[in-house]
Amino acid sequence: MSEKKLPIWLRAYGLAAYLYIYVPILILMVFSFNTMKLNIRWEGFTFRWYGVLFNDQQVILATRNTLIIAALSTLVATILGTMAALALHRYRFPGYNVSETVMYIPIVIPEVIMGISLLVLFVILKFQLGLLTIILAHIAFNIPFVALVVRARLHGYDNAIDEAAMDLGANELTTFRRVTLPTIMPGVLSGALLAFTLSLDDYVITYFTAGPGSTTLPLRVFSMVRFMVTPEVNALSTIWVVAVFLVLLAGQIAQSRRT
Amino acid sequence: MKLKRLVSTLIPALLLLAACAPAARPPAASGLTSTELNLYAWSEYVPQQLLDDFTAKYGVKVNYDTYSSNEEMLAKLQAGASGYDLVIPSDYMVAVMLKLGLLDPLNMTQIPNFGNIDRQFADQYYDPGNKYTVPYMWGTTALAYHKTNAPFEPKSWADLWDPAFENKLVLLDDSREVPGMALQVLGFDKNSTSADELEQAKHKLVELKPNILLFNSDDPETALITGEAWAGLMWNGNAALGHAEDENIMYICPEEGCGLWFDNLSMPKGAPHPDAAMAFINFMLEPAESILITGEFPYSNPNAAALEYLKTSDPDAYAVYMGFSATNPPPEFISKTTALKDVGDATTLYDQLWTNFKGE
Amino acid sequence: MSAREASAPPHRRNAVLDRLRESRIFQGLALISPANIYLFFFMILPLAMIVVLSFQSRGSYGEVVFRFNATNYTRLLDPVYARILVYSLGVGLGTTVITMLIGYPLAYYIARSPARQRSLLLFLILVPFWTNFVIRIYAWIMILRGGGLLDSLLQWLGITQEPLGLLYTPTAVMIGMVYEFLPFMVLPLYTSLEKIENALLEAAADLGAPPWRAFLRVTLPLSVPGMIAGTILVFIPAMGMFVLPDLMGGAKTLLIGNVIRNQFLTARDWPFGAAASMILMLMTLLLTLYYTRRAGFSEDLLV
Repeated sequence: MSEKKLPIWLRAYGLAAYLYIYVPILILMVFSFNTMKLNIRWEGFTFRWYGVLFNDQQVILATRNTLIIAALSTLVATILGTMAALALHRYRFPGYNVSETVMYIPIVIPEVIMGISLLVLFVILKFQLGLLTIILAHIAFNIPFVALVVRARLHGYDNAIDEAAMDLGANELTTFRRVTLPTIMPGVLSGALLAFTLSLDDYVITYFTAGPGSTTLPLRVFSMVRFMVTPEVNALSTIWVVAVFLVLLAGQIAQSRRT
Repeated sequence: MKLKRLVSTLIPALLLLAACAPAARPPAASGLTSTELNLYAWSEYVPQQLLDDFTAKYGVKVNYDTYSSNEEMLAKLQAGASGYDLVIPSDYMVAVMLKLGLLDPLNMTQIPNFGNIDRQFADQYYDPGNKYTVPYMWGTTALAYHKTNAPFEPKSWADLWDPAFENKLVLLDDSREVPGMALQVLGFDKNSTSADELEQAKHKLVELKPNILLFNSDDPETALITGEAWAGLMWNGNAALGHAEDENIMYICPEEGCGLWFDNLSMPKGAPHPDAAMAFINFMLEPAESILITGEFPYSNPNAAALEYLKTSDPDAYAVYMGFSATNPPPEFISKTTALKDVGDATTLYDQLWTNFKGE
Repeated sequence: MSAREASAPPHRRNAVLDRLRESRIFQGLALISPANIYLFFFMILPLAMIVVLSFQSRGSYGEVVFRFNATNYTRLLDPVYARILVYSLGVGLGTTVITMLIGYPLAYYIARSPARQRSLLLFLILVPFWTNFVIRIYAWIMILRGGGLLDSLLQWLGITQEPLGLLYTPTAVMIGMVYEFLPFMVLPLYTSLEKIENALLEAAADLGAPPWRAFLRVTLPLSVPGMIAGTILVFIPAMGMFVLPDLMGGAKTLLIGNVIRNQFLTARDWPFGAAASMILMLMTLLLTLYYTRRAGFSEDLLV
């Protein structure tokens, strides 16, 4: 897209949109310092909940599990999903329509159904419920999201470029690596990002496929809601956001130092 | 590319995190063969201190997994999920689980502390003789209101239908409790299975719709505290939390009656560590440990010995516990309570009622 | 084909690789198979069990009684379920339309930003969604409740005197839904918009088209795949959502997601829940396939 200067109204809109997105986050971060346990209104400032958080073994375990699950399921789903997107975009083969339909099912299926059916499957196969079963479930629902985003990116992609590269002597793998992949990379990364985000926050499917000791953050928080959500959870979310921002900042600094 | 760098720094960070070992191994056991206990319970229901004390004494690591409703727990166990040693179902759920053959009997000889339980809470209808359950916490489901915000102090459920409460009621989002309330207003049994009575209850509830601000089973007391709502149907724990925040929040059992519930420790079929499970139940019944639960969560404690212990160990807390109807309901309150029972095939009728009531 | 073979380096000729090179069908199958096989085991198989389940019945205590019958499906013909379905469709549609309207300019803004900033801007949209779902909604509840943060601000500024009473209304539900689904619309839109080449727009300008015209005739049509993907990613989950509408709308209406969840939990009527899910899935699947095919998502792009 054009690199010209953006019109002022567009930049203002962008700012307003980001404000809409971030205001609730800022509020939840501020309220992580609230003295009021029920966290309904602001009563005073304290660091207490951060202390509680760091001593909460359950939450630490859940965070660790959540990250591992998200990372691994995103990795596998991105690979499988990208391959599927390429297949559906470029080729025609027997079973094309079925494959395409199958790809959409995890998006249209109600989560309760997917959760329970997977649970029953694991029980029949005598699979012990735990981190692995959760990861397997997450991969299943992430594949179509990646595929969909990558397909949107691929649409209109001119295969002639690939053909040209191959006529010039590159084999399929090299062509893919040096020509196709860089072009669709934004789509692949968007898909991966989406998959990661979905995995981080999944409750229903994770609930049914989790086993003893494999609790995740959404599971912990959702059941805490049944009684009361103390600022401890706000503290956790705040740390997340701050950590990610620090990483981004580090990336920015490294980037500008290079140029 | 920036994202590439981001990813390449995140992955080692994640791997590092994955390598971090969980909490340190507990010390040597004392007489048990198991080294782990898989507890599956409500969140915010078992104090961490209690679990730590148990681990310190028995050398058993406790995995505390959580669910947010009886039905979720049931769904999982029904589908065949296993690996849990202890669950904490409510009274009606115990009855269902026994009918479905999902619970194993407890070895009461390993639970001598059972004697600490107040006799009035033992031997309930859902488990005569306490073969499968030990009461954990109990409570009521009744009417909470804000003394100064409410236009008048309600004395009956029927009072809530008064137009003065327009858009000011908060009710539990519960397809048994809410129709149960309507059934009681009409003079019927809260556990009615009659299609005709349920139909009448549905119409009664539709009349109430203009008064309902929201349905909330998680934190109904919040609406009372903020003043958005002035009265409602909720559990005693919520009312107690509300009262602690605002003394004007009162909790009464209306004329028509109110609800009673018990949560119980039980052992699912095929529990991998039954010896640890029995040890845990016995341990949790010790007065000093049991009172930890009351200290953190405002429910009613069926453990008489624990309450005696509280009287001397923390008289102020004892006074607070005894002083409010949510934690210590007086006899006239309890006399009007009815426990919810599973209604078997009529469950579908209640679901239809609920769907039609909300879907109208 | 033969030109490629001739120019291929003379390394060891593997029979399988040859087949792969020669047959486009083989290539396609090779690429789609891993995903297909995976989804067969972890999606199709479990789903088949659910289909079977939908034709069974509920026992007195919520167990499944295996007795083939279609009562569950006839039960769904009750008008109350149609009303619930229509309401859910409304929520899904409303969310999709509003996120499209709000998300499109945002995606455009990011796509037209300097290349260095694009990934950062995109990332920034998603970071808030790495906090917990429930906490985000609670933040909104804190903002929108009567006497909450928004009311306090407006009253302090003197704009209003009374609480707005926004919470527990359909408006609050929409605000929350759009908030949650915005990234799902922006991401695909961005990937589509980002690859529109400068040359096209410059050509349009050279041909005398004003910017708004170039947008309508060049940019917009080329971003349609992104719009389709975004619509699918928003409409379908939004229609099945119930946690957010319950929390922000006060749980006063039932959505199709509520009905299904109730069947698996409080009503303990798994067969009926399975049947309701089947209907929902079939409807959304057909909608999706029709929509994407018509818009040419799967058009033949073979050279």
